[in-house]
Amino acid sequence: MNHKLCKIYIKLNLRGKRCLVSGLYPRRLLVSLVITLLFLSISSAQEQFPKLNRYATDLTNTISSNQLDYLNRDLKTFDDTTSNQLVFLMLASLNNYPIEMFAYEVATKNNIGTKENNNGVLLLVAKNDRKIRIEVGYGLEGALPDALASSIIRNEIAPHFRRDDYYSGIQAGLNAIKLATMGEYKRDKILDDDEGTGFPIIYFIMFIAISILSSMRGGRGGGLAGLILLGGMTGGKGRSSSGGFGGGSFGGFSGGGGSFGGGGASGGW
Amino acid sequence: MKNKGLMIGCGIGAVLVVIIIGFVLWGVSIYNSLITLEEGVNQSWAQVESQYQRRADLVPNLVNTVKGVAEFERETFTAVTEARARVNQINFTPEMLENQNAFQQFQSAQGELSSALSRLLVTVENYPQLKANENFLQLQAQLEGTENRIAVERMKFNQAVQGYNTRIRRFPANFIAGITGFNQKQYFQAAEGADEVPRVEF
Repeated sequence: MNHKLCKIYIKLNLRGKRCLVSGLYPRRLLVSLVITLLFLSISSAQEQFPKLNRYATDLTNTISSNQLDYLNRDLKTFDDTTSNQLVFLMLASLNNYPIEMFAYEVATKNNIGTKENNNGVLLLVAKNDRKIRIEVGYGLEGALPDALASSIIRNEIAPHFRRDDYYSGIQAGLNAIKLATMGEYKRDKILDDDEGTGFPIIYFIMFIAISILSSMRGGRGGGLAGLILLGGMTGGKGRSSSGGFGGGSFGGFSGGGGSFGGGGASGGW
Repeated sequence: MKNKGLMIGCGIGAVLVVIIIGFVLWGVSIYNSLITLEEGVNQSWAQVESQYQRRADLVPNLVNTVKGVAEFERETFTAVTEARARVNQINFTPEMLENQNAFQQFQSAQGELSSALSRLLVTVENYPQLKANENFLQLQAQLEGTENRIAVERMKFNQAVQGYNTRIRRFPANFIAGITGFNQKQYFQAAEGADEVPRVEF
């Protein structure tokens, strides 16, 4: 019986050696190979759409890292103050992919913009294809309509790009987009709140501890000193939390879940 | 003895009632999830329709702007204007999403407008003065933006319909869908030649 099976497997797989131990072995190999190939193809398909973890990304190394850092910080501040997520991406080539679809996929996959307001904007530049697209989230289509987006590409960005001055073009484009979308939404203070509730308790405990310690040493002045200390600490905290929120994540970008409907404009230079 | 029989009867009755209540609750929960899915389809249809409407609204402005410069292209203008008139004649209700003929009619009318518009934009290529006209460039950007929105909303609509159709065809929800009258909805077909987004290189 075993031999008969073995013959079949030899016929099927040309691997007689493994037959006596486990006839299925070659087939399993085949299955795992197919699965591996499948996964490879899926992951390579996903590679087409870059995962962004900074506000400004240049995959072509055209812009110096200092300039890129500056843009990144600038866009981070813009996010912190307006809650609009404006993201810049430059890549070499789209490999014949339509820039409209590419920009939509990148913007959607990276969840640019907040979930409540859908206020994300992606400025995409395909350097070798000489194509530009401004992809606008649902919530900013009113502040940044297609005609304005198109005019920003034609009049702000393209003239600089034609002179090979990519950085100036990008800066001019981003500034124009910022100007158009600035008044649309405001950053809620919610993000500071969970920090805010945690800290006063610690200060309160410290205040008590200091009061007890100083009263143990004798003298009423200690309590007053603790009170002054408390005042100073909370005052300092108030300043540091409003400015410190951005510092915690080192200027990294993380999408807020905004969605896009294909608004915006494309152009070239 | 009699009491015992009664008790057994009551017990069986109670079990049956519990089972029936269970079935009804199960059916209601499936029905509600189907309603949610159908509402999702209707909502994404509304998005598709409003983008098509937006395009139709852009046409008169575009034609007027181009007319001033390219007055010799009468045929192209009439084709666009007529296609727009046909599109506006169609009164499409969400119920028609289940009607293959009505859906295809809608799609082909919109497709005709698409191809008429793209012919117009190709003609415009012969008039360099239009490409320097800021007003025209803005209209062109609006039209391209709208075409792109149409493409995106159509894709989202197809996804919503796919979710809905799959749910009402699969066991056991198909049972409830059959009783309560949920029907399959139409998809947008893949873009034919005439239905392509007009692409104009700058």
